[in-house]
Amino acid sequence: MKAIVVGCGRTGSAIALQLSTEGWDVTVVDEQEEALARLGSRWQGGFVLGHALDDVVLRRAGIEGADAVAVATDGDNTNIVVGQVAQMRYGVGCVVVRVLDPARAEFYAARGLRTVCPTQTAISALAEAVRSCRVEAGA
Amino acid sequence: MYVIVAGGGKIGANVVRSLVAMGHEVTLIEQARDRFVMLEEEFGHLVLRGDATEIHVLEGAGIGRPPDQVLAVTGDDEDNLVICQIAKEGYGVPKAIARVNDPRNQQHFDLLGITQTVCATTSILGLVEHEAPEHGLVRLLPLRKENLEIVEVQIPARSPAAGTRLDRLMLPEGARVISVMRDGRAEIAVGATEVNAGDQVLVLLRPGKEEDLRRVLLGEPR
Repeated sequence: MKAIVVGCGRTGSAIALQLSTEGWDVTVVDEQEEALARLGSRWQGGFVLGHALDDVVLRRAGIEGADAVAVATDGDNTNIVVGQVAQMRYGVGCVVVRVLDPARAEFYAARGLRTVCPTQTAISALAEAVRSCRVEAGA
Repeated sequence: MYVIVAGGGKIGANVVRSLVAMGHEVTLIEQARDRFVMLEEEFGHLVLRGDATEIHVLEGAGIGRPPDQVLAVTGDDEDNLVICQIAKEGYGVPKAIARVNDPRNQQHFDLLGITQTVCATTSILGLVEHEAPEHGLVRLLPLRKENLEIVEVQIPARSPAAGTRLDRLMLPEGARVISVMRDGRAEIAVGATEVNAGDQVLVLLRPGKEEDLRRVLLGEPR
């Protein structure tokens, strides 16, 4: 199975390494060459330098035969657009997009884009942690 | 008319200035602090500071009314795309116009249904092509919704097509000659219409077929 990870920051690189360990054929796309270092010296997958909205870059990364695309650059709007392009132009079945802004994540989720919002996850987890504190204090 | 303008650069600021002079109601959204302070001096309460791709900022600007038009003219194509999508799909804004900074991104706007776009580079290039007919092929009109374009070709003296009837011409797939103009008079093209050197030919074309068309009507690709 072939996966493309767009954005090789802390999140993207970790996703790439994990999928690769699980047997996926992974190609990473990032605008900065230095990002490749995050994958470690033993990285066996692909790496394409460039902006993911550049068709040539996505094709070189193998978008036409990709089973999954995970988008996690540091720009919400870039992620949203790249995700929609992967889904609509290239018909990739599994597209997952990181969107930090909860409102935008919800807006695009309602329109059929699979968004993951770490901010919302943090909000829920923190609120839950506070709630559980109170229970213990009261006990 | 109520208009929200996202992005207070040279384009945004000048558009707002003109719209205000025409008597329209306008809100301008600008993210950068320094720029915002400058704009506020001129436009006062018409300027709102914030990221126009954030829904609560757009709501603060009155996107829910909804405005008659939203103009997304920031320097970032992804931002402009998202602003227009939120305006059209989320709030039913009837008209969302986007600035395209990098013409290579045009296809993404088309794909995502943002059909009203303006790209300075493409416009300038269109003018250059018009002034330099030796390129042979001038894009007159892009028909984005249809994914077609109308181009004009001037048939050169040594064209392999000169003296040929249109129905004998091996035009590329996705190309249809609409009219042939000779000595200032245009004729609607039919199969029996003959193409001659010096003719100006209008062709309905599938974008991407320009080189194939050049080969047939002009000879060597440039």
